[in-house]
Amino acid sequence: MPETEFAVVGGGLVGMAVAYGLQRRGHQVTVFDEGDIAYRASRGNFGLVWVQGKGAGMPDYARWTRLSAALWPEFADELKRKTDVDVELTQPGGLDLCLTESELADQVARLEGLRDALDGNYPFQVLDPGRLRGMVPEAGPAVSGATYFPEDGHANPLFLLRALLGAFRAEGGRIENGGTVSAITPTRGAFRIETERPWEAAQVVLSAGLGNAKLGPMVGLNAPVKPNRGQVLICERVQPFLNYPTVQIRQIGTGSVQIGDSKEDVGFDDTTAPRVVAAIARRATRLFPLLENVRVVRAWGALRIMSPDGHPIYDRSTEHPGAHLVTCHSGVTLAAAHALVLAAWIGGGEPEIPYLETFSGKRFQLSSAA
Amino acid sequence: MASGSNFHRLPEPEYKRLTMTFDGRTIEARSGDSVAAALIAAGVTVTRTTPVSGVSRGPYCMMGVCFECLMEIDGVQNVQGCMVQVREGMSVRSMAGARTVSDARTPGDG
Repeated sequence: MPETEFAVVGGGLVGMAVAYGLQRRGHQVTVFDEGDIAYRASRGNFGLVWVQGKGAGMPDYARWTRLSAALWPEFADELKRKTDVDVELTQPGGLDLCLTESELADQVARLEGLRDALDGNYPFQVLDPGRLRGMVPEAGPAVSGATYFPEDGHANPLFLLRALLGAFRAEGGRIENGGTVSAITPTRGAFRIETERPWEAAQVVLSAGLGNAKLGPMVGLNAPVKPNRGQVLICERVQPFLNYPTVQIRQIGTGSVQIGDSKEDVGFDDTTAPRVVAAIARRATRLFPLLENVRVVRAWGALRIMSPDGHPIYDRSTEHPGAHLVTCHSGVTLAAAHALVLAAWIGGGEPEIPYLETFSGKRFQLSSAA
Repeated sequence: MASGSNFHRLPEPEYKRLTMTFDGRTIEARSGDSVAAALIAAGVTVTRTTPVSGVSRGPYCMMGVCFECLMEIDGVQNVQGCMVQVREGMSVRSMAGARTVSDARTPGDG
């Protein structure tokens, strides 16, 4: 007799959104969280609820991202009602700032490609420096322009994780902090979860971030995810000067400024590197010269969970029915869709959207078999 | 003490008397005092309000860690008062909420 209906392996933003979504639909869920030795992308990320530019080469990813952004306001309200945690969501539209004409031209070409792939329904705007300064007066003279997308926004990722944990518990969900899940063994229509002590679950959801690469094949699923490091700087609180989130910099309501859009392939090294921190700071001061005199109070590195094409993987095992896998590098943006839509699919409901199969990890098997 | 402070100074054999101002009021200090120490010795306990909830804050850890004693010193905002020694004639101001960013000076630029 299984001890839990669903074992969700991984208690980050992705795992908690799915776990909460399942629990609120009446399933009985236990989350297995690794503890503080985990890489914790959920505690290091930038906090954007971002649509702009996502989905090149996979228009369904753009559709899915936009669905989540559209669901976010009601999702934030629901979390506030259930936990009293305000996740600080605002969606005023977002900017991708460019420092050269060619950077802007590339960016515009990418968004035009997405607009074509989405049959013209992709309302981005190109801002010349004059229009940009009308919206963001503090943008520096080096800024050559920007693209604006009205559905972009941001939220506080730490409050989001706290709210998901609270809402999940309030619905009766259980969290086990028993350490690493070292193996998952299919056993006669159920799954044995090897952790501090073995558990038996009727179904399993792998949401272990980078750990999915190892755990997936144990239940017949393919998730060739790799780490990609981003470094983030936090500045002292200053008076509001930036009313829109940007890819590079955002300012939260209480004044702190968060900077960082670095991407590095450095394996499992989640430390900071002075050279990269300096480059992030230099670029930030060209975008916003007033930052030259603002102090940095913290910096950290965190590992993105990247699939070979950068898009999410959602899968369920045909070899071992009841095993599911969820991974993405946009746990904040997609949290609403994960909780409200994906969880219903995992729970066995009819898919509310027709394209979830597009995200199967099978799309990588041909190339990885070579 | 006349200052009304709960803090009392240890007897010091030698010091120089210095004066500074806090929000325009004259504060007596001694050479070697940090700005935060001179203020609490003079009975000043609130040096700012927070950007998050607007509640009052003043010097707390006195060793550069807690960042509660942020104040404006000689025109520079968000300076840790416990990490700066009093100089004669220094002008110190309390802060309300987050610092402004039009101020183009950093601590140490004088």
